[in-house]
Amino acid sequence: MQSGLYVHIPFCRSKCPYCAFYSIASQSLIPRWVEALKSECRLVSGSLKDRFQSFNTIHFGGGTPSILDPGILERIMKCLLAHFSFSGLCEVAMEANPLDLTAERVSAIRSLGFTRVVVGAQSFSEKSLAFLGRKHSGRDVRNAMEVLRREGFQNTGIDLIYGIQGQTIEEWTADLEKAVAFSPAHISCYCLSLEDGTRFGRMAHKGDLATLSSEKEREFFLAASDFLGRRGYIHYEVSNFARGRQFESRHNLKYWRREPYLGLGPSAHSFDGTARWWNIRSIKGYCEALEKGSLPVDDREDLTAEQTALEKVAMGLRIREGFSLDEETRHWIRTDRIEAMEKEGLIVREGMNVAPTMNGFLVADRLPLELVV
Amino acid sequence: MSQIRNFCIIAHIDHGKSTLADRFIQKAGLVDERNFRNQILDSMDIERERGITIKSQAVTLPYRNSRGEDFELNLIDTPGHVDFSYEVSRALASCEGALLLVDATQGVEAQTLANLYAAMEHDLTVIPVINKIDLASADVERTREQIEIDLGLDSSSALLCSAKEGTGVTDVMDAITERIPAPSGSQEGSLQALIFDAHYDNFRGTIVTCRIFTGRVKAGDIIQLMSNGATYRVEEVGVFRLKREARASLSAGEVGYIIAGIKTVRDTRIGDTVTLANTPAASPLPGFREVKPVVFSSIYPVSSDDYRSLADAMEKYQLNDAALTFQKDSSAALGLGFRCGFLGLLHLEIFQERLEREFDQSIIMTVPTVMYRIVLNNGETVNVDNPLYYPDPVNIKESLEPYIRTRILIPERYMGAVMELCLSRRGVNSRFSYPSPGRIEIQFEMPLSEVIYDFYDRLKSITQGYGSFDYDMLDYRASELVKLDILVNGERVDALSQIVHKDRARERALHVCEKLKDEIPRHLFKIPIQGALGGNIIARSTISPFRKDVTAKCYGGDITRKRKLLEKQKKGKKKMKIIGSVSIPQSAFVAIFKADEKEK
Ligand SMILES: Nc1nc2c(ncn2[C@@H]2O[C@H](COP(=O)(O)OP(=O)(O)O)[C@@H](O)[C@H]2O)c(=O)[nH]1
Repeated sequence: MQSGLYVHIPFCRSKCPYCAFYSIASQSLIPRWVEALKSECRLVSGSLKDRFQSFNTIHFGGGTPSILDPGILERIMKCLLAHFSFSGLCEVAMEANPLDLTAERVSAIRSLGFTRVVVGAQSFSEKSLAFLGRKHSGRDVRNAMEVLRREGFQNTGIDLIYGIQGQTIEEWTADLEKAVAFSPAHISCYCLSLEDGTRFGRMAHKGDLATLSSEKEREFFLAASDFLGRRGYIHYEVSNFARGRQFESRHNLKYWRREPYLGLGPSAHSFDGTARWWNIRSIKGYCEALEKGSLPVDDREDLTAEQTALEKVAMGLRIREGFSLDEETRHWIRTDRIEAMEKEGLIVREGMNVAPTMNGFLVADRLPLELVV
Repeated sequence: MSQIRNFCIIAHIDHGKSTLADRFIQKAGLVDERNFRNQILDSMDIERERGITIKSQAVTLPYRNSRGEDFELNLIDTPGHVDFSYEVSRALASCEGALLLVDATQGVEAQTLANLYAAMEHDLTVIPVINKIDLASADVERTREQIEIDLGLDSSSALLCSAKEGTGVTDVMDAITERIPAPSGSQEGSLQALIFDAHYDNFRGTIVTCRIFTGRVKAGDIIQLMSNGATYRVEEVGVFRLKREARASLSAGEVGYIIAGIKTVRDTRIGDTVTLANTPAASPLPGFREVKPVVFSSIYPVSSDDYRSLADAMEKYQLNDAALTFQKDSSAALGLGFRCGFLGLLHLEIFQERLEREFDQSIIMTVPTVMYRIVLNNGETVNVDNPLYYPDPVNIKESLEPYIRTRILIPERYMGAVMELCLSRRGVNSRFSYPSPGRIEIQFEMPLSEVIYDFYDRLKSITQGYGSFDYDMLDYRASELVKLDILVNGERVDALSQIVHKDRARERALHVCEKLKDEIPRHLFKIPIQGALGGNIIARSTISPFRKDVTAKCYGGDITRKRKLLEKQKKGKKKMKIIGSVSIPQSAFVAIFKADEKEK
C-alpha cells in the first residue's frame, strides 16, 4: 500500500490563540531544525525501509510551512526525494498563510513540485479575524488566491473556522460566499474548539470564553454542507469539502482510512499499519536527539485488535465513504446497534460497507461508543 | 468500687470532646505522645469526617487525684445522632455522671441541650466545663450565663479549662472523682451486666463492651444473654486501655469487655443483660429494646458480575453491624442485590460509604422507604418495605404508615420556618414547650417517611445548625398511598419505583423526572422520562439527543489521542447501568433521593 509522507514545520509568525498544533513563534531555530530534519530523513530511511515501501503523497503541515524561504524548502524537498522512494506521486501539498503567498514565492513553490496549496483564510470578516488573532485581512486572502490562480495552481484549498462566540448564521454564510467566489478546489470548515494548551483553552477554563451551543453548531454545520453542496462541493469528511473527488485531500484520507504514513519533524505522528509512534514535541528535544544520532521518537504503541477496530470505526465514520465491516472489525461490533442506527438515520449500510449520513456526521464521536463493544 | 467513676462527655461538635479525651488519656499516663486520637474514641474515618461518634466505646483511665487517692475513671463515648439514640441511651445508662463541655467562644448550642436532657433523664450528675479559655475570643461570663439560664445548671459549679493547652484539666479530673458518685450495686448478687457496645475482632470474635451492675464475671464462667437465653463460656474479661487489658474478673461498678466465643455482633443486642447461666438474675436490667430497622433500601452491584463480591462484602460487613438487616433481592432492571434495613438515614449513609470505601464495592442504592402496612380486601395484612412487592391497588382495602413523634429544639426565632417545614411534611398535633428562655421545643406527630430523606439536613440548614431533632416511633396510621413508577424511554424501571402519599406523588414524580434529566447523559435519541401512577402519567421530562458531537479535526495524524479519548468514554459508559437502550449513571439513583439545592 502506498504511504503518505508528512513534514511538520513547527514555526509561525505568531501563535494563534485557538491552535493546538505544535509550533513556536520564533524563527531563530530554523537552521538547526533543517539540519536535524535532514538527519531524521537519513536515519529514518535507513531504519524504516521495510515498513514503508513507497510514498505517493507529501504534505507540509505546521506550523506555517509557507514561512520557510524557498531555498530552505528546496533543501528539504531534495532531501526527501533523495531518501525516500516515491511512485505515483499524486499530491504534494503545503499549508500556507495568505501573507506569505507573494507571486515570487508562489512561483518558487510551484517549481519545487508542489501541486496543492491550502490557504489558512479562517474568515473574511475583520471581526472574526481579529478574534482569531489572524494578522491578515480578507483582501490578503483574495490576493493570495489570485496569485495561486495566476501561477497555475488548480488544486487550491481554503480553510475556514466557524462557531466563534457571537457569530451569526448570516456572518457564517457570508464567509462561505466569499470563499466559493474564488472557486477553490477544496474547502475545510472547522468548528472552533477550545483546546487545552491554547490561549482559548485557558480562557474557557476560567469561564471567559465559550463555544456556541451544540444546537447552533449543528445549524452552522448543516448550513455549510447545504451551501457548499448546492455549489458542487462534495462533503467527503466531517469538516472537508472537495469540488470533485480528484480534489479530496489524498494525504489526509490516509489518516481516516488508516493507511500508513510517516511523519517527520517535531511532534509528527507515524503509522505503519499496525504500530503508531510520534516524535518529541519540542524543537530543542527533537534537535538534540538527532544531533546525538538517535531517532527523536517520544513514544510508540502497538494496537490491539480491539483498538484497531475502534479506530477503524471512529475514523471510518468521519468519511462519506465509510468503512468496511471486515471479519476482524465485525468481531468487535454490536451488529444489533448497526441496525438500530440505520433505523435512526445515522448510518447507511450497503453490503459490507457502513457509511455515515449527514446526521451521522454530526454525532460521529458518539457512534463508535455505541457500536464498538 | 468506691474508687470507680463512670462518666461521659456531652458536647456540641467541635467544642473539644476529642481533645479533652486525649488529655485525660495522657494524664492517665496511657500514652505520652499525642497521636492516639485515631486509635481511641472515634476510630472510624467516616466519624472523623462528620465530626460525630457512631459507636460507643469505653476507656479505663487510672488516676490519682490531688488528695492522693487512686481511681479508675471509665470514659464512655456516646454517639451523637438520632439514628443511634437508643445506643446513646444505653451508654448513658452505664454512667453516673457527665461532663457538659461548652466552647467558651461559641456558647451553648442546640445539640448540647438535647444531650443534656438525655443525661438528666438518666439522673446523671452533670459537671459543666467551659473549654477553650485560652482563646482571646473566649467569653467565659456569657457562657456561664447561658449555662445558668439556658441549661438551668448552677454555673458557679462550672470549671474552666483549655483542653488544647491542658490548663484546668486536672481540676476537671479531680471534680470527676469528687462530684460524680461512685457506682452502687452489690458484688455478691447474680450477675447483671449491661451491653452497650459490641464490635468484631478478626481473632477473638465479638467483643462485648458492658457495664457491670451487680455481681461479678470472670473467665470460665458460663454467661447467658437474657433476651434470647443463648449461653457462652467466657474466654477473657478485661478493660480497655489503649488496647484490651485482660483482668481476672469484672465486678459491679466496672466497665470493660467480655470475650466469650460469640461469633458475630448480631448474636448480641445492645441493651441486653448478661447474667450467669447457673445463677441467673431474677430480671434483666430495664430499658432493653429490640432495635428494628426503620428505613429500607435495596443495593445492587453496578456491574451485575460483581454480585458474588458484593455478597462476600455484605457478610463481612455484618460482622460489625448488628443493626443492619438484609436479604436477597432481585430487580428486573438491576439484577441480583440485597434488600437492607437500617436504623435511619445516617446509618444507611454510613453503610454506603463504608461499603464503597472499605470494601471497595461499587453499588447502586434505591430510594429509601419505610415499612408500610397494607390491609388487603381478603382481610390479610402484609408489611411492605419494598415497592417491588407493593400489592395491586385493586386488592388493597387500607394502607397504613408508621408515625413518629418528633421533638425539635430550637432558638425561638426559627419557630416560623420550622413550623412551615413540619407542616409541609404532613406534621399534625403540634405541641410546644419552653424549656428555657429564648428556646422552644416543638413536638409534632408526622409520618416517618417524611423525615427519612432530607428532613434533618433541611432542619439544620433553616436553623443554621441550631436545630436538634429526635424522634420516637408512635404507631401506624391510615394513609392514602400510591405506587409511583418511573418510565425511562417508555420502560418502567422497577428500581426507581417508590411508595408515596397520594398528595406528595406529583411533587416526588416531578423531582425524580428533573433529577434524572440532569443525571442521565444525552443519547443519540430523545429520551422521555415519565412519572406514572398506574397508567396515569403525572410528570414528565425529556432528555434531548446530541445535537452535535464531533471533533473538527484529528490532529495531523494523531489518531492515538482521539482513540484514547474514546476509550475513556467507553470505560465511563461501562460503569453505567444499561436499561433498555439507555445508560443510567450510578449517580442518578442517588440523586433522586437527595433534596434539591434550591429546596434547601
Ligand atoms: N484553642 C483551643 N482549641 C481547642 C481546645 N479544645 C479543642 N480545640 C480545637 O477545637 C477543634 C475541635 O476539637 P475536637 O476535640 O475535635 O472537638 P469534638 O468535635 O468535640 O471532638 C480542634 O481544632 C481542636 O484543636 C482548646 O481548649 N483551645
